[in-house]
Amino acid sequence: MTTPRPLEPFLQFATILRRHGFAVAPDQTSDFIAAVGLLGPGDMTDIYRAGLATFAIPHERRDEYDALFRAVFLGQAVAAPVASDDDDEVMAYDPTGVEQDVTAGDDESEVGGEAAVAERLSHRAFAEPDADLTLQRFRKAAPAALPRRRSQRRRTSRKGDTIDMGRTLRRALKSDGEVFDLAMRKRKTRQRRIVLLIDVSGSMEARSEPSIRLAHALAQSADSFEAFTLGTRLTRITRALRTRNERQALADVGGLVADFDGGTRLGDALQAFLSVPRFSGFARGAAVVVLSDGLERGSPGALVDAVTRLSRQAWRIDWLSPIATGDDFAPRTEALRAVRPYLASLSDGSSLQAICDHILNLRSAA
Amino acid sequence: MAVRRSIVGIDSPVALREALVAAQYLADDTLATAAYLGLALGKPLLLEGAPGVGKTEAAKALGAVLGREVIRLQCFEGIESSAAMYEWNYPRQMLAIRQAGNEYVNIYGDEFLLTRPMLAALRAPSSTVLLIDEIDRSDHEFEAFLLEFLSDFTISIPETGTVRAAEQPVVVLTSNRTRDLHEALRRRCVYHWIDYPDPALEARIVMMRASSVAEATANAVVAAVGRLRAEPLAKPPGVAETVEWAEAATLLNAQGAQWPAAFRRAIGVALKDHDDLQFIDPRLDQIIPGEAAA
Repeated sequence: MTTPRPLEPFLQFATILRRHGFAVAPDQTSDFIAAVGLLGPGDMTDIYRAGLATFAIPHERRDEYDALFRAVFLGQAVAAPVASDDDDEVMAYDPTGVEQDVTAGDDESEVGGEAAVAERLSHRAFAEPDADLTLQRFRKAAPAALPRRRSQRRRTSRKGDTIDMGRTLRRALKSDGEVFDLAMRKRKTRQRRIVLLIDVSGSMEARSEPSIRLAHALAQSADSFEAFTLGTRLTRITRALRTRNERQALADVGGLVADFDGGTRLGDALQAFLSVPRFSGFARGAAVVVLSDGLERGSPGALVDAVTRLSRQAWRIDWLSPIATGDDFAPRTEALRAVRPYLASLSDGSSLQAICDHILNLRSAA
Repeated sequence: MAVRRSIVGIDSPVALREALVAAQYLADDTLATAAYLGLALGKPLLLEGAPGVGKTEAAKALGAVLGREVIRLQCFEGIESSAAMYEWNYPRQMLAIRQAGNEYVNIYGDEFLLTRPMLAALRAPSSTVLLIDEIDRSDHEFEAFLLEFLSDFTISIPETGTVRAAEQPVVVLTSNRTRDLHEALRRRCVYHWIDYPDPALEARIVMMRASSVAEATANAVVAAVGRLRAEPLAKPPGVAETVEWAEAATLLNAQGAQWPAAFRRAIGVALKDHDDLQFIDPRLDQIIPGEAAA
């Protein structure tokens, strides 16, 4: 079947949107064409708005949509940074568009002498995996061991606390409306959300690869999970981690995170996390796990302030630092000392095994 | 696909926008277009946006424009079909069985059915607007369960059969975007992201909503709220907060408070988070509208 000539640009537009990673269903295309017909179309903005509404373009990808629209209907060159013909690149792009620039202060010489000063925007190649076994065990144990909270949903149970009226009635029908036993329901539990905040600054260089692999294992085994990297920027990597294939997911994260091994502005990155209402909502009632050495190059005030606010939203905050080995570890940096009272624990994050064990024990340690 | 070009005389986005203005709701062109397309294509309208930009208000205004009753289903975590669609009146059924003795009794009659918002809207599609509010608060189970309803507009009750809508009901969904909605749900809807209105529009909204507020005050409050939204706040003020702030300051002013002080004292209706207030406090004088001495 051939399509009528005037329809071609509209169909082509849908195809191009699809090629750029927008999820466009066939009935959305026909809705789009019907919508354009309904609106007249009087001018280009009618077509533009019809597409916006019927293709359900997410708000963060509006710029990308604009660029493609201009390219198809107004014949302009695609100037948007993300518009590329390479499908892989679109896959790596996080459609929630969360790469937030954290404005850097220009105070050059204060705390955290070891933290890298230069903000090196470098892409990072991930080394070959070597801690396979640990992660495999972790993935197996995680679903049963992660902390849980009470859900609002109820299910049938002998030891329940409310009467299941429908079921009771149906049982009673068998005995001419005489109620002999009450069916009960009790509340289910669900996994508590885990929010993993990974420091990817220069001082944590050796740790960032295992940390991201751990994040991938968690993303694959937990029902509710969010991961962010903290460096000179804040980057949400949850979506990239949902890819099942570990190698692919790590490559995607590598492409997404622009500030591997750069400087540390933990406080600012955490502030950025809290100031996006959607992100800070993730932390509400969640188990927040921070993987960082706490060597802060910015002012400790921002970090302390952010952790204080975070502690009021989160169920608990666990800070796992690679230098916190041994039971009698006392934080030496000013910032870490100040935030210690708000942490549920400040413990060993020097090995993958230690971090895995800690996360699996979050429930019992509560 | 049943395309209706015109509903109650509304045959274009412009006509809908004007009707919404008459219903005390100022919509921009994009929202009017999306809402019109939703009505015309017989698809649910999905409104997303930050809290307080007027998503629920839009649905109510749409109800007023169409002359229909708005049935609101407030979502929450763990919401089930018994709260959203229908439930049997079990105690009444039990009594009926007991009373009947040896007689036959149909306990699945209409008089034993408690209708909930979705069933109510389905039974009277031409006189209601169904508002499914804050869908992001519900869980994935409920979202999946909505899919069937939103594409076919049917509800099947195992005991009696399937209830089908006589015509496409008007459905509006809202989301605060505390989580991403499933692609399958978005696909079934006509989508619109409601942004904060631009200053001129917001000033008009303030004056429309709060008749006591003078124009200079409205402009000053809108400018101040714009400055507040540029700050990294945990809870940036929405449109409702702007209106309340203008109203509260006008009230305090009428009782004798001077202008900048009236705004400062009423800040509690605009910023409702202690951390935000503390954060903004040192610079409050630059943000507070000092020029509104009208």
